Amino acid sequence: MIQVEKLTKSYGNYQALKEITFSVEKGEILGFLGPNGAGKTTTMRILTCFFPATSGKATVAGFDVFEEPHEVRKRIGYLPESVPLYRDMVVTDYLSFVAGIKGVAGREVKKRVDVVMDECGLTHMSHKLISELSKGYRQRVGLAQALVNEPEVLILDEPTAGLDPKQIIDIRKLIKGLAGKRTIILSTHILPEVSMTCQRVIIINEGKVIAVDTPQNLTSNIQGAGRIAVKVDGPWQEVVKGLSGISGISRVDRKEGGSGISEFIIDTAKGLDVRKDIAPLIVKNGWGLLELKPVEMSLEDIFVKLVTKE
Amino acid sequence: MRNFYLIARKELHSYFSSPVAYVVITMFLVITGYFFYNLFASFSILSFQASTNPAIANQKNLLNITETVVRPLFGNISMIMLLMVPLLTMRLFSEEKKSGTIELLLTYPVTDMEVILGKFFACLTVFLLMLLLTATYPVLLFVFGEPEVGPVLTGYVGLVLMGAAFISLGIFTSSLTENQIIAATLSFGILFLFFMMGYSISLMGPILGNLMIYISLIGHLEGFAKGVIDTMDIIYYAVFITLFIFLTLRVLESKKWRG
Repeated sequence: MIQVEKLTKSYGNYQALKEITFSVEKGEILGFLGPNGAGKTTTMRILTCFFPATSGKATVAGFDVFEEPHEVRKRIGYLPESVPLYRDMVVTDYLSFVAGIKGVAGREVKKRVDVVMDECGLTHMSHKLISELSKGYRQRVGLAQALVNEPEVLILDEPTAGLDPKQIIDIRKLIKGLAGKRTIILSTHILPEVSMTCQRVIIINEGKVIAVDTPQNLTSNIQGAGRIAVKVDGPWQEVVKGLSGISGISRVDRKEGGSGISEFIIDTAKGLDVRKDIAPLIVKNGWGLLELKPVEMSLEDIFVKLVTKE
Repeated sequence: MRNFYLIARKELHSYFSSPVAYVVITMFLVITGYFFYNLFASFSILSFQASTNPAIANQKNLLNITETVVRPLFGNISMIMLLMVPLLTMRLFSEEKKSGTIELLLTYPVTDMEVILGKFFACLTVFLLMLLLTATYPVLLFVFGEPEVGPVLTGYVGLVLMGAAFISLGIFTSSLTENQIIAATLSFGILFLFFMMGYSISLMGPILGNLMIYISLIGHLEGFAKGVIDTMDIIYYAVFITLFIFLTLRVLESKKWRG
């Protein structure tokens, strides 16, 4: 649905994008992850034909962004990061204006506007001025204007920035509900958002793609070795000795310990599950097994690891 | 065509949903009304004096209401337009640039030309309404005196063309900056220079002098106010408007190649 090849964008001497290449399948939600200034917004602006790239090629729904911008624009819904809206307009008037300009047929406009207002939970705000709305509702209006022409592709730049936790959950649910029907690119620097909503993640930093994968694969690949946390009630020196004896365990670390109860972090070789060996050992020695769980690297850890490695 | 209409309607809506249009129109009418009152009152005093003083009565030109009231009135209205039109045009692109709405607008399936013309005609409509309200002055003249109809009508044609020229320049300066004050200052400054160019002709040779007169904005209203429709004047305004609309289009396109 979206093909990006060797996209480069320079502002004077500064290269915001350096030969970015990726593609998005139809119906997929792609997370665009990166620190501030990584090039997320620049990529989105190129895909929405707001400005062209310095070099490279990008197609959306089969149309070249540089050759046929008009065709591309008809097929996308875009929500810029700052959610720029005409604040002196009433919600319905604004959405009708956008629907008209995006080519929704005259008699369809009212119906489409009602549908998106319902989808975005705006119906009870329909006659309010946009300037009177709270940030969360303005975000919904922004999303509604992107959706109003039923675009094949949605490009959302940090759609949950600045919202309260309840609103974030609502917006995420809304975006997830659109998956399958539409292709979505979503940028963010909030990691849990990506693991919750996206099927695939692209991590970019300083204008370069540094990883493309599913959130799950990213977690397991980067992690390399496995890691297990155990909480045991027993003499810790003996426990360490016992655990170190199990084959496949490369390192045992005592994290903390009070009177008898200690927590240990165990590093194991990749792809080896030693949990079934640990439990009998502890039981056999008469210690108390209080907790045994695998430690997964969060996307935060991976992100920091990837970005700092650069 | 539909996009053009939708944009024009939206722009008109924002002129009248904020106090901008009301304030500008009101001030325009107050100032032009004040000028009209002065012209008309001095003309009536002059007429009274002429009834007792044959020296004045012999100056036929002075006692012609078209010459002493209508013509200067059009000159005065054009001066007030110079002050007020930049205030109408300054927000057209600057505001969208500042608030970021231009990013959404230009990623909708509209052409730059549709956007510019939509804004141009919305502003022109506000201007025409403003000008229409000044029609009360000539109506009063027709009630109390007998001015010629021709110069009044052609004078208005001249003002409409001049207003459209002012608007095209105002849209251009508005597209250059996201600061409305800079946009207004630029368009006022440039318009004022165009207006005042005629002043320096005495310092120049005949060829350059004639050129300056032709470029100067004010010279082209004279004919209309006298009741003459000269194709040269119409071409002047048409070229002026086309030039600045074209330049605005280039400014919008420049985001495509500017780094």
